[in-house]
Amino acid sequence: MTARSFDLAVVGGGLVGAAVAWGAARTGARVVVLDEGDIAFRASRGNFALVWVQSKGMGMPEYAAWTVASSEAWAGFADELGRESGIDVAHRRPGGFHLALSDAELQARADNLKRLHNQPAMQRYPYEILDRERVRGMLPEIGPEVVGGSFCPLDGHTNSLKLLRALHTALARAGTPYLARHAVETILPRGGGGFRLLSSGGTIEAARVALCAGNGNARLAPMLGLSVPVRPQRGQIVVTERVQPFLHHPVVTVRQTDEGSVMLGDSLEETGFDTATGLGVTGTIANRAVRLFPRLARVNVVRTWAALRVMTPDGFPIYEESTSHPGAFVATCHSGVTLAANHARLVGPTIAAGRLPAETFAPFSARRFDVPQAA
Amino acid sequence: MFRRLPDAPPATATILVDGRAVRAVPGESVAAALLANGIVACRTTPVSGAARGPYCLMGVCFECLATIDGEPNRQTCLVLVRDGLRIETQSGARGLGP
Ligand SMILES: Cc1cc2nc3c(=O)[nH]c(=O)nc-3n(C[C@H](O)[C@H](O)[C@H](O)COP(=O)(O)OP(=O)(O)OC[C@H]3O[C@@H](n4cnc5c(N)ncnc54)[C@H](O)[C@@H]3O)c2cc1C
Ligand code: FES
Repeated sequence: MTARSFDLAVVGGGLVGAAVAWGAARTGARVVVLDEGDIAFRASRGNFALVWVQSKGMGMPEYAAWTVASSEAWAGFADELGRESGIDVAHRRPGGFHLALSDAELQARADNLKRLHNQPAMQRYPYEILDRERVRGMLPEIGPEVVGGSFCPLDGHTNSLKLLRALHTALARAGTPYLARHAVETILPRGGGGFRLLSSGGTIEAARVALCAGNGNARLAPMLGLSVPVRPQRGQIVVTERVQPFLHHPVVTVRQTDEGSVMLGDSLEETGFDTATGLGVTGTIANRAVRLFPRLARVNVVRTWAALRVMTPDGFPIYEESTSHPGAFVATCHSGVTLAANHARLVGPTIAAGRLPAETFAPFSARRFDVPQAA
Repeated sequence: MFRRLPDAPPATATILVDGRAVRAVPGESVAAALLANGIVACRTTPVSGAARGPYCLMGVCFECLATIDGEPNRQTCLVLVRDGLRIETQSGARGLGP
């Protein structure tokens, strides 16, 4: 049997792979998406769903600009995706908060944002440090311990499960095959150009390949002369029953979904490939949320879960084409919800066209990790 | 639709459902008391507004939610009837409470 052949094979059907594949398919390329089975680790199914700008970019101003661009593009992206999938992903951008429970916390927050915006070449974005009374004007339910917070009007959120569903629906409607249970084991360059992908579900051939396999990229990348040093970083989330709308701005650790649930997040844990939850961490998450919004104490928790972030050594994305294997690309990042608009509108189409323009993408090369660290 | 078994104990308790007094058997579940009194819907859903009532009667489906003695979203199939319980049916999502 001859292998099926495509213009572009996208490895991974999470938020990154699905957005890149949709963006590529819309340029007319014949795209295929290969994914593992339902037991796969998928950050895309367990995240906090913020489309978030404030605090992004310390150490890499280009990442701040990239994030702002995606935040600006998100409303249009959500509209387009809604039209093509028939699914409203409930994107809102009312501006978001970090809240502080002590003067020291508020001062540290103000100092951090100042340092971030004082970086050379930083594309500044608006934010404000607000005192308790101004926060209360916008978030009437805050508790007595809240002393103030930082507010950024560019921050927003979405329903990230609907987002993943919408991307897959749009892909299916565009005629892009989604091959589940096709865990890619080996990728081989083909004589005369292109690639053969040997997967648990069969062999696929494609002129180009895009690695969007989340934490799976670390193993696959060296087959294509790339280095993608990502590691899993666990985050636990607590979810309450649905309540009437009371929180009209997302807070970085507390947000109310379009359907009324309140999500409380989220821990940062270096525990490898382990998605266990535990009362120690979820209790701490709930406790802090109740200090921010005391009336949450009476609301029932209905679910807790853990998911694994896809984390690079500096936390910034990697977008790169292999120099040894032209036509092989990687796209991987932590904030795949926030960056979904960029992935669909910029990364997918440029990969389909066969080139990542250096002026945008050079800073995101993994070569930045080859520089020996100063002590 | 639902009838008590012929050998059921007598319905000697009174509970209030949306302010209306109905008879119930002490120690049966509130869900059973609602159904026995012909009250098949105890809430509407937060998302679509569709009517919902007790379904699994064993604590797993969460369809049977109602406000009991002022506390919203109790599973009526897991609360036993005592004389004087106050049940309120719910419309959409609960509030934050006091
Ligand atoms: C707790 C938590 C909170 C978060 N909160 C936010 C937030 O608020 N905002 C935000 O923007 N981001 C957030 N994120 C990050 C966001 O969820 C991720 O950036 C995004 O989901 C990454 O998508 P992905 O497609 O790269 O990875 P994944 O969702 O992990 O998907 C990778 C896919 O690749 C497949 N795969 C792996 N190996 C192979 C292989 N060999 N062959 C075929 N397929 C393979 C897997 O099956 C999987 O489907 C959060 C993440 C976590 C864990
Ligand atoms: S009827 Fe199913 S939980 Fe009560």
